[in-house]
Amino acid sequence: MKRWLIALLVLLLGRRRRRPVLDEDARLVPAGSPDRRAENVVLLLFGAATLCAIAFPVIYAWDAIPNQTQFLGLAVGLALAFVSAACIVIGKRLVVTEELEDEYGDAHPDDQEALEQLVDESGSRFTRKKLLLLAGAGAGTALGAAVITPAASLGPVFDVSSLYRTPWRRGIRLVDELGNAFRADDIEEGTFYTAYPEHADREQMGAPLVVVRLEPAELQLPESRNGWAPEGILAFSKICTHAGCAIALYRKPTFPAVQPSPALVCPCHYSTFNVATGGEVVFGPAGRPLPQLPLELSGAGELRAAGNFSGPVGPSWWGVRRHGARP
Amino acid sequence: MVGRAQARGAAVIRRTVRYLDERSGGAPFFRKALRYVFPDHWSFLLGEVALYSFVVLVATGIYLTLFFKPSLAPVVYHGHYLPLKGRELSEAYQSTVDISLRIKAGLLIRQTHHWAADVFVAAIVVHLLRIFFTGAFRKPRELTYYVGLLMLTLALLEGYAGYSLVDDLLSGMGLAIGYSVLMSIPFIGANLAQLVWNGPFPGGQDFESRLYIAHVLILPVAIGGLLALHLTLVAARHHTQFLGPRATEKKVVGMPTLPAYAPRTLGLAFAVAAVLFLMGGLIQINPIWQWGPYHVSQATNGAQPDWYLGWLIGALRLVPSFDVTVGSYTLVPNPFWGGAGFPLFVFGVLFLWPTLERQVTGDRAFHNLLDRPRDAPWRTAIGVAFFTWIFIVFLAGSADRMFVLFGLSYQAQIWAFRVLVWVLPVVALFVTKRVCEELLRGEVVEVRRKLVEAEPA
Repeated sequence: MKRWLIALLVLLLGRRRRRPVLDEDARLVPAGSPDRRAENVVLLLFGAATLCAIAFPVIYAWDAIPNQTQFLGLAVGLALAFVSAACIVIGKRLVVTEELEDEYGDAHPDDQEALEQLVDESGSRFTRKKLLLLAGAGAGTALGAAVITPAASLGPVFDVSSLYRTPWRRGIRLVDELGNAFRADDIEEGTFYTAYPEHADREQMGAPLVVVRLEPAELQLPESRNGWAPEGILAFSKICTHAGCAIALYRKPTFPAVQPSPALVCPCHYSTFNVATGGEVVFGPAGRPLPQLPLELSGAGELRAAGNFSGPVGPSWWGVRRHGARP
Repeated sequence: MVGRAQARGAAVIRRTVRYLDERSGGAPFFRKALRYVFPDHWSFLLGEVALYSFVVLVATGIYLTLFFKPSLAPVVYHGHYLPLKGRELSEAYQSTVDISLRIKAGLLIRQTHHWAADVFVAAIVVHLLRIFFTGAFRKPRELTYYVGLLMLTLALLEGYAGYSLVDDLLSGMGLAIGYSVLMSIPFIGANLAQLVWNGPFPGGQDFESRLYIAHVLILPVAIGGLLALHLTLVAARHHTQFLGPRATEKKVVGMPTLPAYAPRTLGLAFAVAAVLFLMGGLIQINPIWQWGPYHVSQATNGAQPDWYLGWLIGALRLVPSFDVTVGSYTLVPNPFWGGAGFPLFVFGVLFLWPTLERQVTGDRAFHNLLDRPRDAPWRTAIGVAFFTWIFIVFLAGSADRMFVLFGLSYQAQIWAFRVLVWVLPVVALFVTKRVCEELLRGEVVEVRRKLVEAEPA
């Protein structure tokens, strides 16, 4: 205890008796005059840092304090800030700031030459250098290929057939989030519905649909899609053909005379698909129309798939135009 | 008494130094290191800001690993946050919600980690601009520059992996886009994507743990290794400096590590940490509990990624609608241009720049003195044009926010950006070149004026 008190006294009063000054020339760091005010500032800053740092565990332990995250952040942030300020005052005011010179390193021609010579002479016993080098390179390449081979186990690298697959087939009912079947009467104009295949995994890109209703007179579907939209109800894959996001915007004109046609829009990069023409791209980066799912109505007026999509679902790849969607 | 205390202090130092030197033989090295010369300029601190952000990232990241569960196994949420109560979500998402809302100090550490990542990349980018416009990448520092660029690429990947781990709605959308960009690589894209995701999106269960090990081990170790190499190379060839009364191509002038520089850089380290923790405590970032869990069929509107991916989202949005096809074979699916081609081109140019400049100027000399941007009008002009190009693409990425905030038509904005992205860089090129040349001419006039004024005396 006594020693600590003395240490504290030394710290506070310090510098009363100076250290016997050594020969100035023998110093490595030039001498400077003391700056007691700066020392006091540093002491104060360290004190403030200590208080803030102590506040951290107190706030942590004291549940009655609201907004813990904010106060904890303040405590540790300010503690660090005070230490930072102390360091900067030490750097700028308490230690000597010298301007030193040093040489930029040059190249080392002698050593370079020696290195060259070493490599050269090490191989002086080889007679067929090029052939050996070629053979070595061949072995290295083969070995490299062997080493990365196990990486093929990471995933089905050569089998991309599952990219064409969707859970939709003729007769599968469209159900909502809770598994209730959609009926044609449920589908209103001016909004969109998300539907899933009954009894299928919903976390695959081929599963989710977006369903909208237009006036049958507004439809401009291609000939080949006759009967795909009973009562003007259209179903499309909900996954954008550009970058795989879910389509979550429906542009429904309020004044059809002056505004563009109803369209589904992806919120990621704003690919815009005209629903009346069967999912054609009218704006944005998507390079392929939105796949449409043919619909039919059951006797009870429930919505069912009448087949698979008009094309593969999800983002494009090299084979996306080679086959259609498959069950 | 005071003398004795100091003598005791000196004895401790002596013993430590002797102990270390006798066991490492490092005294000559440490002596040199403690007197290593640091030239002083505010812009030299940018790299250090990145360095200290990385330290904060590692420290806060280690803490987060102690609570985060890298698993997509479904669980039913029974925590305190009512909007999620009873919802089915993944262990990854639940553990991150718990870190944010249940674990004491968890949100502080998580937000600090996120802010530190944003500051880390920002500091690297501004540091890169400094290096580029002052010509610090020139011989003998090309290797340092390449290593730095490599770290920037890895930092972008690391940040993306980090926010993708959480399995909240935004991170799932980001992964869907990443998957689509990988799919779009000509000839092999689909195969690569199946390999990485272990099947079609959203991929197998393994994907999450793979992403995790990449984020907490592979990428940070790679960044750390490159960081060590970067600093070693910097020290081996010394810092660059601006021309000064004593600073020349042969002599580096500045303050030594000890006593002058160490407290200054420590001060910066603590200041960086202070700012990051204050931001982590006071400024909300990525409140993942509000986004909800990711499902393939869901998306949120008007969402933005972390800033350092803004240039990619902008590029993906600007490209008009087309896939390059040959018959029924899709050669280049659309996302390739914005998501892969654009960043590859940008990094390609940055990597090739030292070589290109050397080829054109024929300058093979050592350069320890920095250019001021005006000293190399062509480099500065091309650089400004190049970064303007990237910045316009970056701005295009926020066109939807501009629509929400100011009601500007989204489609009209995109068309405007599609034009501006080519026009403004050209304008920037000529304006910058002219400004540089005028600044130089102004200096000649100034020198002449001084000479004339000095003459009569």
